[in-house]
Amino acid sequence: MTNHWRDIKHADLILINGANPAEAHPVGFQWFVKAKLDPTKGPGAGGGAKIIHADPRYTRTSAMADIYLRMRTGTDVAYFGGLINYVIQNKLYHEEYVKNYTNASFIVKQGFDFKDGLFSGYNSSTRAYDTTTWTYETEGEPIAGAPAGTTQAAAKRDKTLQDPRTVWQLMAKHYSRYTPEMVSSITGVPVDQFMQVAKLVGEMGKPDKVMTIVYAVGLTHHTTGGQLIRSGALLQLILGNMGRPGGGMNAERGHANIQGNTDHAISWEILPGYLRIPAPGQKNLDQYVQASAPKKSDPNSWNFFGTNYRNFMVSLLKGWYGPKATKDNEYAFDFIPKPATNSSWMSIYDQALKGKMEGVILSGMTATSIGPDSNQVLKGLSNLKWLVVMDALPTTSSEFWHAPNMDASSIKTEVFLLPATHWIEKDGSFVNSGRWSQWKEQVIPPEGESRHDHWVLADLFDRVKTLYKQQGGKFPDPLMALTLDYKDPKKPELDEIAKEINGKNLATGGQMTSFANLKDDGTTTAGDWIYTGSYLDAGNLMKRRNGVANPQQNDPTGMGFYPNWAWSWPLNRRVMYNRASADLDGKPWDPKRPGIQWNGTTWVGDVPDYPPTMNPKDPAAWLPFIMNGEGVGRLFSNSMIDGPFPEHYEPVEAPIENPLHPSQSADPVAFLYDQAAGRPNRFGKVDKYPYVATSYRLTEHEHYVTQHVPLLVGLQPQAFVEVPEDLAKEKGIKNGDRVRVSSERGKLEVAALVTKRLGGLKLAGSDKPVYHIGIPIHWGFVGISAEKNKDISQYWLANALTPFVGDANARTPEFKAFLVNIEKL
Amino acid sequence: MPEITRREFLKLGAAGTAGMALVPLANPLGFDVAAAKKRALDLRISGAKEVHSICPYCAVGCALIAYTKEANGKTQLLQIEGDPDSPVNEGRLCPKGASAMQLATSVRRVEAPMYRAPGSTSWEKKDWDFVLDKIAQNIKASRDNTFVAQDANGNVVNRTEGIAFAGGAAFSSEEGYFATKLMRGLGLIHLEQQARV
Repeated sequence: MTNHWRDIKHADLILINGANPAEAHPVGFQWFVKAKLDPTKGPGAGGGAKIIHADPRYTRTSAMADIYLRMRTGTDVAYFGGLINYVIQNKLYHEEYVKNYTNASFIVKQGFDFKDGLFSGYNSSTRAYDTTTWTYETEGEPIAGAPAGTTQAAAKRDKTLQDPRTVWQLMAKHYSRYTPEMVSSITGVPVDQFMQVAKLVGEMGKPDKVMTIVYAVGLTHHTTGGQLIRSGALLQLILGNMGRPGGGMNAERGHANIQGNTDHAISWEILPGYLRIPAPGQKNLDQYVQASAPKKSDPNSWNFFGTNYRNFMVSLLKGWYGPKATKDNEYAFDFIPKPATNSSWMSIYDQALKGKMEGVILSGMTATSIGPDSNQVLKGLSNLKWLVVMDALPTTSSEFWHAPNMDASSIKTEVFLLPATHWIEKDGSFVNSGRWSQWKEQVIPPEGESRHDHWVLADLFDRVKTLYKQQGGKFPDPLMALTLDYKDPKKPELDEIAKEINGKNLATGGQMTSFANLKDDGTTTAGDWIYTGSYLDAGNLMKRRNGVANPQQNDPTGMGFYPNWAWSWPLNRRVMYNRASADLDGKPWDPKRPGIQWNGTTWVGDVPDYPPTMNPKDPAAWLPFIMNGEGVGRLFSNSMIDGPFPEHYEPVEAPIENPLHPSQSADPVAFLYDQAAGRPNRFGKVDKYPYVATSYRLTEHEHYVTQHVPLLVGLQPQAFVEVPEDLAKEKGIKNGDRVRVSSERGKLEVAALVTKRLGGLKLAGSDKPVYHIGIPIHWGFVGISAEKNKDISQYWLANALTPFVGDANARTPEFKAFLVNIEKL
Repeated sequence: MPEITRREFLKLGAAGTAGMALVPLANPLGFDVAAAKKRALDLRISGAKEVHSICPYCAVGCALIAYTKEANGKTQLLQIEGDPDSPVNEGRLCPKGASAMQLATSVRRVEAPMYRAPGSTSWEKKDWDFVLDKIAQNIKASRDNTFVAQDANGNVVNRTEGIAFAGGAAFSSEEGYFATKLMRGLGLIHLEQQARV
């Protein structure tokens, strides 16, 4: 989230897409309801915030919404694109914000184009774009005064926004195709309903109104996932809602600490703090920074991230490799592994299928249930030499070798199941969706023989080191050099690691107080620069507990920041990009809902996303978005590999051809793993699989672990699919009947829940309704329910159905839109 | 009638042995119900230690209060409830959070390290040293088998291609950071958690 849970109560309008907070994040949803019940919020004269829920399925979130749009899964770019078009055509955008706080005025290079569903530079044989035309016209020499590798020539601008090659004009042209009729044709939302929403959204460009967009994996789990989110962000930027309390783009994350462990880079493409993993060919830090850091492209852009990139990287390397990281060896830059190709989730199983992956360690995560394409994942697991599962409870991965239809004796994988401790048996922090890092205490000691995951890993690491010492082997230097400065290197305390993450000044031995002080000369460390400031000499700020018992003292701004409850990154800032919450002079756009404001000598309010004493009226004052090279929000960006503007593409399995450009229906750069590996693609078509399927979670279950919790299994006891009433009638399916749902990849055999919550959609000018089938993901062959229902639980893995295909940018699987058939058993 | 908030109500409960703490509130709920509920709560957590945790399920980040007691040399978990002081949840919990105690004290836990040999049709119970030694040998062998020091173009890449590590959405952040550090230390490039899936 750019903002945080409690902040949602400040919104006048709440758009919810690809999410169902009332059921999936019920306690967070209270802040949506607070906005709705607050008469000072809302469009027009107020009377309460309005909630708009766009989703194929009517849920409890829809029940609390003012407008529910039954929308086809995966079509949110069309929806947001239509809203962008409406706002631009009717001049309802926040003009001052657009001109000064976005790259609307930047001039795009000659040669950039969009035609027949493709941006300029496409190569159909490599299924990739050459993005050289997706950039700005520049003038003069690279901007002076910035560190090497972090600057470029200034971009040309036309502040009148009239030049046809300005980002603004190109964007207006791009979205002019997204008429209400086109939006309706793609999404299935009737034109009058769409217009009702557009009118409300159009009000949100006024400085004294603010809208938030809330989303979850219903946006990310698509081959266009990154662009679905970006299309919402574009709308928020032109309405001037980024950086403001009650505004922003807010991702609801699904697991307790998915945020913290993304920040700390258990992710192939990054190092802690979102530093890019170095690539082959980068021989030293200069080349790494040149290739990775954002480039200053306006004289008034601070480019804080780019400017400090080298400081952050050297402080990380110094923290990891200690005395072995020296100026002469580029701070052990060579020790960091350099992947040549994408190495994310699906790539692991793709490599296993190719016989190139020998061992997999799964910790609190089950490959089989997660999928996609669980049957293919099972083949991948069967192809490994060894598999380690560290978990408190058995999973569909630890038990994969004796899953239904598997022949254990033919599976050569050596499998280990290690009893790990639960969250309550250890301390440490969890970071919530709003970036609040909250420390938890150890409540009870480890059960039985259970050990902490990090102690198991530390012990294994120690044993591997010993083996290298005894036997030698391939380049052990990085292993031997890795710092383990803990009281007991085999049992590091999380408190010790929290201190390490924050970093220290090696000269004084004191904890660093801000990442702004990190250096590239080996005198500072920071395990993760975005957490610098969380653990000071005075103590661990994540432990702070000054909460709502005393609002006057603990929430001095009255804005719900509660700055002394836990700690949020970066620097305890509660709303990111909050410089953009105030106008050019530093006055809040809406004095009733200030983020930060300039009081003549300093910025007050939230922790400013800006130098605390920089006078906004100074001609040399930095532009508001200090992390970007441009210093402003990017309506046009070459950071996405499938286009500088989001475009609607159909899911890889879709019920219709793309009404915008049938010749280029799906995302041209979506990654087709099977095809790339020489395996058949296995995508279904409407003739055999006429229904759209989408997967989701229930309130009573969390992924798969809750299959071991009796109360929750009691509340949601067995696998089912939701079937729209009209379709059920057509198919002779009654509520409770057993049905088979099949895709080109696998099948489910479960109970049917016949419901009015799903219904037919009219698409692309056709009167024939297109139906969705709803598929909760929680069941498999492990757990209380599977044990009790052995006779019927053989085909309960929802992800047996999902396609093995990934988002062009993030390689997120397309869990949320695929084609199936359904029949009564 | 003044409304008693859940926070105040929980606060009263959390006061533990202060049995008559309801009096100053002038009977807001109708004294009988409140007193009865409070007494039930009292019996359960009286004299217990209050420990702070966070819900292990979704990422709203609801703060929890856990009550524990030492008995027979063991720490016993008595109850988990929402923390009324939290600006995130203000004491509220959903069905998952409210049943977190059943996850914390599950009888279905993996009791000991388990091992399935290649081709075997059953688990064997093993001790930690057995499994850790075997896994360490596997890691070393797979690292040595699949380590690439230089790619075809002569670039130094120092990567282990044949081992993947995935997990961590229920790790404490510090464990996650530590896992990243060790796995990159081993040269791993396949590193993943639940962010994509």
